Amino acid sequence: MQSPALNSTSTLNISSETAAHSEHPDLRMTGMAFFLVAESMIFLGLFAAFLITRSMVAVWQPEGSEVEILLPGINTIILISSSFVMNRGATAIKKNDEAGLRFWFGLTALMGSIFLGGQAYEYLHTPFGLTTSIFGSFFYVLTGFHGLHVTFGLMLILMVLWRSRKTGHYSEHKHFGVEAAELYWHFVDVVWIILFILVYLL
Amino acid sequence: MTAPTTTPTTAHHHEERLWWHFFTFSTDHKVIGIQYLVTSFLFYFIGGSLAGVIRTELATPASDVVSPELYNQLFTVHATVMIFLWIVPAGAAFGNYLIPLMIGAKDMAFPALNAIAFWLIPPGGILLMSSFLVGAPQAGWTSYPPLSLLTGKPGEFIWILSLLMLGTSSILGAINFMVTIWKMRIPRMDIHSMPLFCWAMIATSALILLSTPVLAGALILLAFDLMAGTSFFNPAGGGDPIVYQHMFWFYSHPAVYIMILPFFGALSEILPVHARKPIFGYRAIAYSSLIISFLGLIVWAHHMFTSGVPGWLRMFFMITTMIIAVPTGIKIFGWLGTLWGGKISFTTPMLFGMGLISAFLIGGLTGVMVASVPFDIHVHDTYFIVAHLHYVLFGGSVLGIFAATYHWFPKMTGRMYNEFWGRVHFALTFIGLNLTFMPMHELGLLGMNRRVAMYDPQFQNLNLICSFGTLLLAISTFPFIINMAWSWLKGPQAADNPWGALTLEWQTSSPPPIENFDEPPVMTSGPYDYGLGGKKADFSFLKPKPRAMAASAEK
Amino acid sequence: MNIPSNILTLVAGILLTAVSLWYGQNHGLLPVQASEQAAQVDGLFNMMMTIATGLFIIVQGCLIFVAIKYRRRAGDNGDGSPNNGNIPLEIFWTAIPAAIVLMISIYSFEVYSQMGGLDPMASMGHKTPSQVLAQNGESTSEMSMSGMVAMDNHRGSIALGLGATPANENKPPAVLVKVLGLQYAWTFTYAGTDVVSGELHLPVGEDAQLDIAAQDVLHAFWLPEFRIKQDAIPGRETELRFTPNRLGEYPVICAELCGAYHGVMVTKLYVETPEQYQSWLDAQQVAQAAEPKTPQQVAVDVSKLSSNQYLQPYAQELGITPEMLQHMDHHQHHDQYSEQHNS
Ligand code: HEA
Ligand code: HEA
Ligand code: CUA
Ligand SMILES: [Cu+2]
Repeated sequence: MQSPALNSTSTLNISSETAAHSEHPDLRMTGMAFFLVAESMIFLGLFAAFLITRSMVAVWQPEGSEVEILLPGINTIILISSSFVMNRGATAIKKNDEAGLRFWFGLTALMGSIFLGGQAYEYLHTPFGLTTSIFGSFFYVLTGFHGLHVTFGLMLILMVLWRSRKTGHYSEHKHFGVEAAELYWHFVDVVWIILFILVYLL
Repeated sequence: MTAPTTTPTTAHHHEERLWWHFFTFSTDHKVIGIQYLVTSFLFYFIGGSLAGVIRTELATPASDVVSPELYNQLFTVHATVMIFLWIVPAGAAFGNYLIPLMIGAKDMAFPALNAIAFWLIPPGGILLMSSFLVGAPQAGWTSYPPLSLLTGKPGEFIWILSLLMLGTSSILGAINFMVTIWKMRIPRMDIHSMPLFCWAMIATSALILLSTPVLAGALILLAFDLMAGTSFFNPAGGGDPIVYQHMFWFYSHPAVYIMILPFFGALSEILPVHARKPIFGYRAIAYSSLIISFLGLIVWAHHMFTSGVPGWLRMFFMITTMIIAVPTGIKIFGWLGTLWGGKISFTTPMLFGMGLISAFLIGGLTGVMVASVPFDIHVHDTYFIVAHLHYVLFGGSVLGIFAATYHWFPKMTGRMYNEFWGRVHFALTFIGLNLTFMPMHELGLLGMNRRVAMYDPQFQNLNLICSFGTLLLAISTFPFIINMAWSWLKGPQAADNPWGALTLEWQTSSPPPIENFDEPPVMTSGPYDYGLGGKKADFSFLKPKPRAMAASAEK
Repeated sequence: MNIPSNILTLVAGILLTAVSLWYGQNHGLLPVQASEQAAQVDGLFNMMMTIATGLFIIVQGCLIFVAIKYRRRAGDNGDGSPNNGNIPLEIFWTAIPAAIVLMISIYSFEVYSQMGGLDPMASMGHKTPSQVLAQNGESTSEMSMSGMVAMDNHRGSIALGLGATPANENKPPAVLVKVLGLQYAWTFTYAGTDVVSGELHLPVGEDAQLDIAAQDVLHAFWLPEFRIKQDAIPGRETELRFTPNRLGEYPVICAELCGAYHGVMVTKLYVETPEQYQSWLDAQQVAQAAEPKTPQQVAVDVSKLSSNQYLQPYAQELGITPEMLQHMDHHQHHDQYSEQHNS
């Protein structure tokens, strides 16, 4: 279906069409906000399932299904702090400080990686598996699904870093990528806090 | 005073749209809208053919045409196709095509995202159909565990994957609709002079954003149970199948409003135009969509009245469900008020529109009946429910899609459809629909359960009527298909505004140029200011066919 | 408004009411009533049918009326009246439906609590599912769901189904039967006896309670002539309590999709005089004392039948006959099973 001729014309179309869209104000952050509404509903649904099941099952955490709290606790602190670190990066670019952006975002990426590493370590050392108990299943699926989101957020940050190597790519007036990555990271953070309370503390 | 309409088409100096653009990753919302519409119609014919096999099987009490396993696959895929590949994408089709035109924008807010949303649908649909090769899912479109975990594993997994793709598509589309309507209206159009279709799409998109992700969550957990051996919903491992039902219906009840609201919106556009009257009670109709959305989020357990829901909760969900009759009634009565005192021309869109009111009413009234817990305990999971759901979905959504397709056909293609065959299509569809689904009420009340390939011979006569009605429905699609195909290729040229309508999409050429408007459109009147010296309709195309007029007089 | 149109409206209103009332009582769409609860549900349905008929006539009537009165005449390309709203009218048609649904809700609530739906004691003190299974079957270990994890005990206090009617509250039922749904049969264990049967017998006029459980997947226990239905949920116990008041044979239908042979998961309920019931029970007890059975042995697995065997009785009569269930003994069951595997 895709002959070269087809391709060239359709790209032509796209570019001429997208050019025109620069006229309307940048709506991407609004779109992002709606996207995060949808994202929160997935987590809300999963959390609700978690809570209902928990209230129904007689033995919630059977022998050997207990979770360690120290490592994830440290992990939590790292993740929450990373949100503040990242915010400094976003503030920096609003003052046209590109080096600041690179530094703080780099630090955030590092902290995010530590979090993921911590999670991997935790997975390797938990005494239960995915199918050992219903608690175990929820534990892995919830933290895993969240971990996927952290990974995605990390990729966004790395993308911003990659692009920011070119001076002037982000500036006081043009920093959608920075803002979007930041909003997403905060979202992932908030979800983690709820998840941590539900899975580890409750 | 009606200058924009008379702008000659030749003035548009845009490149010609070529047929193969419709097969590419185009970011033009009009191309995408038509891609959506044509794709969803193809899936309608597939879903309808499956229904044809279902009804053939049910013409006799014995299970003689297909095996019981295959029968279960047939209705599972029938419902999945009809819902996720026909009605929902068809709603997105009109949303895509119409929203930017109606609000005077050049395109959607995120054209590339829009194209991605569309291109998730064909693979999702093909994936679903491919499940027949390995044994399609057999657990009904509701896919309740534990059954869905025990039968037809590969098919079930394909079903989950396909639904995740289609759900993602729907979410991406909803983001686009929301942002576009919210932010891209022409400056003079405030929220209360926006066409009602846009209101309906806001209500629909809000539901999609809030409910579809919960279905995704349920499907992810179901997939783990299916493939990884967890037991979230499997009582054998300590899970609770009822939790799945809650999550499923938290999406699938709002989904029924996702499937009807866009066409309620379209109806609010169509009726005033063909009755030459302002919409009756603009604000009431606009807000009632939002109220339906909100209520739609808190009634889901009415699908679980005989399941694991305690008595007092059943009462709560009964009352919230019944209240939905109020905003829906506001719409129905508003439409009747619109027709009252108008000058109604029985064009095909108008016939389908009035047919929608008539048939949806029946489905809505039975909906309120089944909302009553003591009565629902009797009819739950019987053909009474099958009758209800087809009256609202076929009598509501499908007739709405037909009405909208005919109404905007001249705009989309620049050609006029054939009025006579349109009316034939309507007559056959309307009779066929009532023959097919009316007897199902009685079947259910008398004791015929749903999802069965063989049934008590005492029910045979009524079932025969249903099957005969389906034959009529199948026949009715032929005048439609031929009319559409022929008119698109060879039909008479349509004027820019053949209906003399006032909404902005009619101010540009038919079909519109690539960026919709050659010069920024201006609102010279409200969207429904008929009878106030606005535009006049040109009904000359109705005249040469006196036969067709006679056909309409008997309705 | 002149007088004739007022009179017309009045006449139309009276006619509308009369037709709706008549149709609401005479639709003839429901099967016989075999219990007091069925009569109550029918009363509710008739009331809703009356209202629905009225609304149906009003809306369809308006559609036909406007289609005739306000059709565009040939050559008239003008617009209709510019009337675009009427607040009092809109309030009227918001308030009336609101009042109607409120009324239906209250009536439904009343009927539901009369049926025992709100009995706070329903399911109270029921056993955990594993105990339920152990009661229904002789040994749990043989069953496919032997690994069923016990649910929380306090889950038993959630009322699921229909409990005692207000009149019978706090009274034990006269007859207690444990119902087990499994692919694809219903089996009944009569409390206080060893009787396990594939058909349900109940004495007329006595308060009966069914404790419903499922072994494998969801099923739903439906008695159309009694207008009652409740899902059988693996891992949970539900109940239906009712008093049959009409002698006869009634179908017992599985209403929840439970697999390919969901459609044949049918048996019969025999409502008999107390004497007949007792003698049936005694006869069963003698037979079963000689050869005890578990529900799983009583149930015939229709999916293991050849399609001819399976369709033959079905085409003539709804459901597997009770004789089939009774005479299908353990050995035969296994023979068929291995046959399937060998072929
Ligand atoms: C487009 C889709 C659509 C729509 C719009 C509706 C609308 C409604 N539905 Fe329906 N429904 C389905 C699609 C839809 N439904 C499907 C697919 C199923 C089955 C799923 C499955 O199990 O497979 C289902 C099942 C279903 C059930 C579960 C039945 C069961 O399984 O036991 C219930 C129960 O409450 C219900 C209720 C209602 C109600 C109260 C409305 C209301 O919104 C209707 C409101 C409209 C009116 C009432 C008419 C107009 C109003 C007036 C003229 C005003 C005056 C009226 C009164 C005062 C009554 N529906
Ligand atoms: C929008 C949704 C939608 C639509 C449009 C339809 C349309 C139709 N449906 Fe469907 N249906 C559902 C949604 C829908 N259905 C759902 C949600 C269920 C529940 C499933 C479940 O229990 O899980 C269901 C279940 C369902 C059942 C019950 C199955 C069962 O419980 O055992 C039946 C039985 O008659 C049925 C029949 C029909 C018929 C005859 C049509 C007709 O209107 C179709 C008419 C169209 C055509 C006929 C196609 C055009 C013709 C051709 C392309 C020519 C070829 C034609 C032939 C070979 C005949 N449907
Ligand atoms: Cu058991 Cu259906
Ligand atoms: Cu619903």
